[in-house]
Order: sequence, then C-alpha cells, then structure tokens
Amino acid sequence: MQELRDILGPTLFYYAFSPAIKIAVVVFVGVLPLISYLVLAERKILGFIQVRTGPNRVGPWGLFQPIADIMKLLVKEDVIPNKAVKWAFVLAPCLVVGPAFVIFAVIPFGPSAAQTGGGLDYFITDVNIGVLFVVALATIGVYGIIIGGWSSNSKFSLLGGLRSAAQMISYEVPQGFSLVIPLLMAGTMSLQGIVGAQLEQGRWFLFAFFPFGLIAFMIYLIAGVAESNRNPFDLPEAESELVAGFHTEYTGMRFALFFLGEYANMIVISAVAVTLFLGGWARPFPNVEALSFLDASFLPAGLVGVLWFSLKLSVFLFVYIWFRGTFPRYRFDQLMDLGWKWLIPLSLVTLFAVGLWKVLLL
Amino acid sequence: MEFLTAHGPALLFYLFAAMALGSAVLVVTMRNPMYGALSLLVSFLSVAVLFFLRNAEFVAVVQIFVYGGGIMVLFLFVIMLINLHRLHEVRMFAQSAPLGILVGVLLVALFVFSFVGVGFGPALATPENMVSVEGQAAGNSEAVAWLLYRQYLLPFEVASVFLLVAMVGAVILGRRN
Amino acid sequence: MTAIPIRDFLLLAPEIFLAVAGMAMLVAGSYGRDNGGNGHRGCSVCAVAALAMTGGLVFWLQGGREVPEVILSGMFVLDGYAFFWKILLLIAATLTIFLSERFVAEGGYRPGEYYALILFATTGMLLMVSGFNLLSIWISLELMALSSYILAGYFKHQLKSTEAALKYFVLGALSSGILLYGVSLLYGATGTLELAGLSDALSLAVAAGDGQVLVALGWLLLAMGLFFKVAVVPFHVWTPDVYVGAPTPITSFLAIASKAASFAVLVRIFYQGLAFLTPDWQWLTAALATITMIWGNLAALTQKNVKRMLAYSSIAHAGYVLIGVLTATEDGQWAVLFYLAAYTFITAGAFGTVVLLERRAYAGETYEDYAGLARRAPFLAASMMIFLLALTGIPPTGGFVGKIYLFAAAVEAGWVWVAVVGVLTSAISLYYYMGLIVQMYLKDAEDTTPEPLYAPGLLATVGLCAVITVLLGLLPGPLIELAKGSLLPLP
Repeated sequence: MQELRDILGPTLFYYAFSPAIKIAVVVFVGVLPLISYLVLAERKILGFIQVRTGPNRVGPWGLFQPIADIMKLLVKEDVIPNKAVKWAFVLAPCLVVGPAFVIFAVIPFGPSAAQTGGGLDYFITDVNIGVLFVVALATIGVYGIIIGGWSSNSKFSLLGGLRSAAQMISYEVPQGFSLVIPLLMAGTMSLQGIVGAQLEQGRWFLFAFFPFGLIAFMIYLIAGVAESNRNPFDLPEAESELVAGFHTEYTGMRFALFFLGEYANMIVISAVAVTLFLGGWARPFPNVEALSFLDASFLPAGLVGVLWFSLKLSVFLFVYIWFRGTFPRYRFDQLMDLGWKWLIPLSLVTLFAVGLWKVLLL
Repeated sequence: MEFLTAHGPALLFYLFAAMALGSAVLVVTMRNPMYGALSLLVSFLSVAVLFFLRNAEFVAVVQIFVYGGGIMVLFLFVIMLINLHRLHEVRMFAQSAPLGILVGVLLVALFVFSFVGVGFGPALATPENMVSVEGQAAGNSEAVAWLLYRQYLLPFEVASVFLLVAMVGAVILGRRN
Repeated sequence: MTAIPIRDFLLLAPEIFLAVAGMAMLVAGSYGRDNGGNGHRGCSVCAVAALAMTGGLVFWLQGGREVPEVILSGMFVLDGYAFFWKILLLIAATLTIFLSERFVAEGGYRPGEYYALILFATTGMLLMVSGFNLLSIWISLELMALSSYILAGYFKHQLKSTEAALKYFVLGALSSGILLYGVSLLYGATGTLELAGLSDALSLAVAAGDGQVLVALGWLLLAMGLFFKVAVVPFHVWTPDVYVGAPTPITSFLAIASKAASFAVLVRIFYQGLAFLTPDWQWLTAALATITMIWGNLAALTQKNVKRMLAYSSIAHAGYVLIGVLTATEDGQWAVLFYLAAYTFITAGAFGTVVLLERRAYAGETYEDYAGLARRAPFLAASMMIFLLALTGIPPTGGFVGKIYLFAAAVEAGWVWVAVVGVLTSAISLYYYMGLIVQMYLKDAEDTTPEPLYAPGLLATVGLCAVITVLLGLLPGPLIELAKGSLLPLP
C-alpha cells in the first residue's frame, strides 16, 4: 500500500485507489441487492396504489422476482444496432453506472470509528470536498445518457438524449445552489462533517434557519427527482412520445445497466438528502435526552447509525415510488419553466438569505 | 518497482499531460464534431487529474464539475441538436498552409528551446501551498477560498461582471428581433 | 493576507457604482417596450447621469491625494495617472452616448442593453487604468473587450457588422491569449504579478541566468498582446474591417475610449512593471512606431470610404503616440496624455460628422458623399475641416500642439530619427485629409448626394468637439498642467 501511495502521490491515492476496493464491497454487498429489491418494492407499491397485486408468481409474495429478472436480463441476446457507433454504444451504460457507484465512496452510512470510540468506520472515505465530489461525479453520469442516445443512431434515442442533457443541465443549477445552503450552515464540505455539525447544533438542517432550510430541502428534492430522470420528470424516456428515449436500442444487460444506474442515482440522491438535511445517521432530535432510548444502546453504536440511516433512506425511496404512482408527467416547456423561472431564482434568494442571516445574526 | 516509487508522480504527470495534449490535438483534427467534443472532454478530465497530482483537489473537482459537467454537455447538446455528423471539407487557408506550418513549427521550436534548462522563479505553487493557509495546514478548498476572497478578490469580482456581459451579449446577438 | 478593510471598497466606489448602474440599466431596460419610443432617451440620460456621478466620485476620492495608494491586496492603485485617464475615459464614454442618439432610436434596438454594455465597457476601462497587478489588468481588459465585441456586432442583420464582431472577437481572443501567456511566463520566471515588485523580480530572474529566456519571451508576448489592443502595425489587421463594420458611434468608442485605456495600461506596464527592461522595449516600440506611422498613412492614401480612412488614420496616430511612450521621459509622458486627450475630442467629432451623413446599410460613407457639404451644411463642413486639420497636425488645433510636443520630446530624448519619420508621415497624411476637405469645399453635390441629418443633439456634440479642438490649440496650458500633474514615476 505504501508503495502504491508513493507512486500515485498522496492525493490521487487517497481519491482514486484506496476507496476502489471498499466501493466494490459496498456495491456488491449493499447496493446491488438493495436495488434489485427496490425494483420489487416499486412494483408492489405501484400495484397497491393502482389496486392490483403486483408480482406474486415467483416465490412467496413474489419475493424471488428480482432473481428471476436478473437471470432473464443476463441471458437475453445482446443486440448492437448495425448503424450504431459501437465503442460509444458500449461505453454509455458504464458511464451511467460507474459514477453513481463511485459516489457511495463519500457517503457516511454511519459514524466514524472515532465517534463510536473504536471499531469500524461506517463509511468508505471522508474527503473535505465531499459535496462537490458528489455533484461532479453526478454530472459525469449525464454523458452516459447523451452518448447512449447519440450512438444508437435512432431518432428516438437522440431526442431522449437531447432532452436529458437539457433537463440535467437545467436542474443541476438549482440543485447545486440548494446544496450550498447546508454547507453554509455547517461550515464544511465534508459529508461526515456536515452530519457532525447537525449533531453539534442539535437540529436537522431541514429545520435550521427556518424556513430557508426547508425551502432548500424542497428544491433539492425536486431537482434530485429531475436529475435522476424519474417521474414526474421522466421526459428523456417518455414512452408515449419517445418509445423509451435514450435506451430504446438497448437490450439485455446493457439495458439493465441503464436501469441500474437510474436506481443507483435514486439511492445516491436520497442518501445525500438524508445526510445534508435529515441528520444522516444520527437519531431524530439528537439533543433531546428524553429520546435517548432511540439510540438503542444495547446494539453497537455504529450499527444503530446505519439503521437510522437506512430508515431515513427508505422513506425517501418510498417517496420516489409514491411520486411515480401519483403524478402525471410534465410537459417539456413546463419542466424548463419550473427549473429556470422558479427553482433557480428561489434557490438564489434562499442562498442569499441564509448567507445574510449567517453574517448578520451569528 | 523502486523506479516507480521514486518517480511515480512524475510518470503520472507525463502520462496525463500527454493525454491532455494528445486529446487537445484530436479536438482540432477530428472531422466528426462529436468526436472532437469528446476529445475535449478527455482533455479536461486529464487536466483535472493533473490538479489532483498537485494536491489541488478542489480545483480538480471544480474542473470536472464546470468543464466536464457543464460546458461540455452544452457543447454536445448543440452538436446533437444541429445533428452534425461530418463536416464538409472546406479549404479556406490552403494557400497559406505551408507558411502556417512553418510558423507553427518555429514557434514550437522557440518554446521548446526556451523551456529547456529554464529555471522557474520562487516556486509559489508547490503542492504544500495548495493545502495551507498562511502556513497552517488546511484543506485545498480553504486555501483556494482564502486566495480568491482575499488576495484575488478584485479579479474575482470583475470576472463575475465579465460573465454577466457574456451572457447579455449571447442573448442580444442570439435573439430574433 | 489579512482581511480587506471596508475602506478599500469605499475607494472602489466609482467602479462599483458604474457596474451597478449598468446592471440597473439592464433590469430597467427590460421593462420598456420593444422599440423604445422615448425609452432610449430616458436610458441615454440615465447613462450620462451615471457617468457623471461616477466622475463626481472619482473627483471626490482623488481630492487632496498626493501619494499613490495601493488597495485590495495590491490589485488596484489610486494615483494621479489613473485619475487623469478615468476622467478622460468618462468623457469619451459620454461623447459616445451623445453620438448614439440616432443609432439606437432608428435601429429599433432595446436601449437598455446598449447603454448598459457601454457602461460595462467603461467600468472595465476604469478598472484597467487603475490596475496594479497583471491579473486584475488582464481581466478588466477582457471586460472592456468583450463588451466591445458585442457592441461591434450590434447591427446583427448586417453582414459587415457581424463580420466585424467575429473578426474582432477571434483576433481579440487570440491576442488576449497571447497576452495572458506572456503574463504566465513572467509569473513563472518571477513568482509575482504585481507591477510594484515585478521589475525588481525580473532583474533578479535575469541575474540568476537561467530565467533570461523566460523573461524575454514573457515580456515580448505581453507586449504583443498590448500592441494588438492599441492597433499597432503589424497587429492592426482587425482595425479597418472592425471600424467600418461596427455601428459608427461604437467605432468612435473603440477609437477613443478603448484605444486610450489600452495606451494607459501599456504605459503603466512598460513604465512600472517592465522598468528593468526599458532599453529593450524602447527599441521594440521605436521600430513598431516607425512601421505604424509609415504603413498607416500609406494605406490611408488609397481609401475611398471615410470610415476606413479614419480607421487607418487611427492606426497611424497610435504610431505617433508610441513616439511619446518610447522616450521614457517626463516630457514624453505628458505629451502622450495630452495627445490622447486632444485626440479623443478630434476623433469623436470626426465620427460624429460621419454619423450625421451616413444612412442605413453603410450608405453615405464614401468621399463622394461629402461633395459640396460646405454649401449644404456649412457648420458641419467647417467642423469636419477643423477635425481633419487637427488630425494632420496643422495649427491652430489641439492636434498640432500635441504632435509638436511628442516630436520635441523624442528629439530631446535622442530619438531624432523617429521624430523625423513622424514629421514626414504627417506630411503624407495631409494628402488624404485634404482630399476630403477638397470634396467638401470645392466639389459640387450630385442630385443623389445624401443630405445630412438634422439632429440638434448630435450637431451640438460635433460643435462642442470642434470648439474644444480649437481651444486646445490656442490655450493648451491648463491641459498640459493637468497632464504634468498626472505622471507615473519614470522607469
């Protein structure tokens, strides 16, 4: 390890190599199973919303459905269209999935070893530009969709890719601004540091600087849904207009990678929201003594942190599915209006207000 | 192995510098604008790695975020929108091409000549300075913030007016009357 | 790196005010109706008021200041030199707004953006002439340049204007890149960008031996970038096309304000930042001044279009000003200040006349269109004659006084041959300036010759410029005193 560190230099080693193995472990043990059952949960919940049963054939209550799905996707024929630009066609799904997985490197699932008094670090790495790192990698994901749409050489794919580029660029701006607000409140960009600041101040940033924290959170949530191309902002793959948008020409496992990327992005965005606005792995009301039973001190402190984190995360994931079950899709001009005319000005005003508040009153 | 550990950062620097330059050349020479734009992206990302090598993690990530995530996506957007697949070959400066090549080669020779054995001045940009504020160790983002909002406040603010003008200009020139 | 005191921001008040005024203009302008109506008048009055108030702030902050004050971590300096230029640039911007009266109203443009861009460009110029660090100078210069590119392309449905904007933009961006590259090489060699310490650092770097090549390449590239901005041969190729294609008020703005600000920065960088290299840049400047005077005047001889002729004349005049720059003496320096001040009024007046005579789509700009102007519009013809005589350097005009002092300074400093070239080329220039006077006074108008516009505001501006041009020729004393009080320390 030390030798590699010398070769790569400290910063690159810290950013690139050391977390790679841990990321692989987290992704294979945690994220991939989570995603496959998230898909099942989505279908079940949608079924409930639409008053039907959902998958119920494979295993009890359809519990083995994800396994069957994966088997199906893996053995399906992999088609690359004749007129496609091959290398780009192959590269595109990886560009969507890769960055989404790498982001898990900076998300604190639980407390650090120092905070629990020894033991395990419940996160992969803690970099002091954590939030920026998340945003930067998320932007790389856009390329997968654009390149996928372009390289398929099909008009539906191209239009889907175009829409997605426009949409993601538009919503990156308010998302970025709304992310800066918790940074201002915490005074650090490290995600673990932001959780720490919420513990220290004894409040979730959702409720800090009321109502600006709340506004920032709402902006982040809306922009996040748009960034992950989910309902009601799923225009890049609007089936009634574009067949399936940018992934029309994809089949089998390559299609599954796009699918995987979308769900991984959902989880990332939810995890970032939990970390920045809902106190991360800390229990609710961390400063209220009377609720200390929520710390479940009979369990290892780190594990409790992970449990709280998962609980909050699942609330978000449920909201995502709920949106999909209830909201109709936006029209493209409405989408742009919402982004540029409402969210961006609102996020700017909020940012300004929080900054002013912090300078004048604190 | 010993050679690698001794010269690792330098080797990586040359590798990514070469990538940055090579892909920059491709930007100009590729006939398909889509490939050109993607080469430009590779160039940007290589430069970001160079920043990482100098411990300037903040600058590196901003490079990815702004150039990779913002500007290049817009480029690709425009290229896809007007659906350029292959540019027509237009020979505009064919007659003066030999002269241009001559001048170019001479310039490169001049720069190579001048950089060989040159001593750069007091090294302000050592990696340590990228992660310290007034000699105290701090994150790279703190170091950048101190420079931007103290030492270089005026250029920073002027740059914001500059960008405003660029935006206004684009709107004026692009608007239908 | 201590915190920046509030006082520094107060001292920056004129620039901040002007930038904010520009932004307010943008916002206010967007509420007006599309084709302005009276909107443009309101906007131009507001813009002039903003410039006047900025001027007031500049005066107020300069009051009683004797030693230069460097603020904002060495980025910005308040001294007499900057004060002189700021007042001159504010006047130049005001004259441009006066000249724009017809253009904005008739073109049907939204007035807010046009005037806002002029204000932003002026902000850039004010910051430029006060810049004390190569980085702040460069970014302010870019602010000015970018605004100018847009203004040059304001006739966006005219091919010529678009061509002008594009050529200006591409070449301007290239030259900015060259300038910045030079700056980065100097930074590499010395580790500093501050003009105050740059010269000493350069001498250290050169003394150390291995920095020599870097320094030489750095300052040459830096100088090339600056020479491009002031349009000196061989970096002048953009000038004629841009001057002809741009809307005439903007041409005037480029010729007076942009050029003056660039000269101000050039002199500051040469005198303060590159003081150590004085003999080197003196020789380079002398060579370029010579070529510029010769080429600018010869090329102007063959022109049929008045705007194009004025473009070449402006190139030639950059050569004359360089004579004063290269002397590196006090006399040379104040001669530069005086000459550019006089040139501002002369050129604004000359372009004002062009504005009055031209029609849509670049009609009314040829020599023939000026035929018989003396009979049709005696006042306008007389004014134009004054400007042309001043450009040639014939008494009793400000141009004459300015040229005399420039040449005298050169002779005193031992650059006799450059002065001789200056005198000879001035004689050449007589030919093409006279050509226009002959057209106005001795030729008869055809039926198709356009009548000059009747625009009282514009006429008054041209008249004012003419009066000042003559006054500067008869009573140059006060301006000379002012210029003498605004000198930079010599290199």
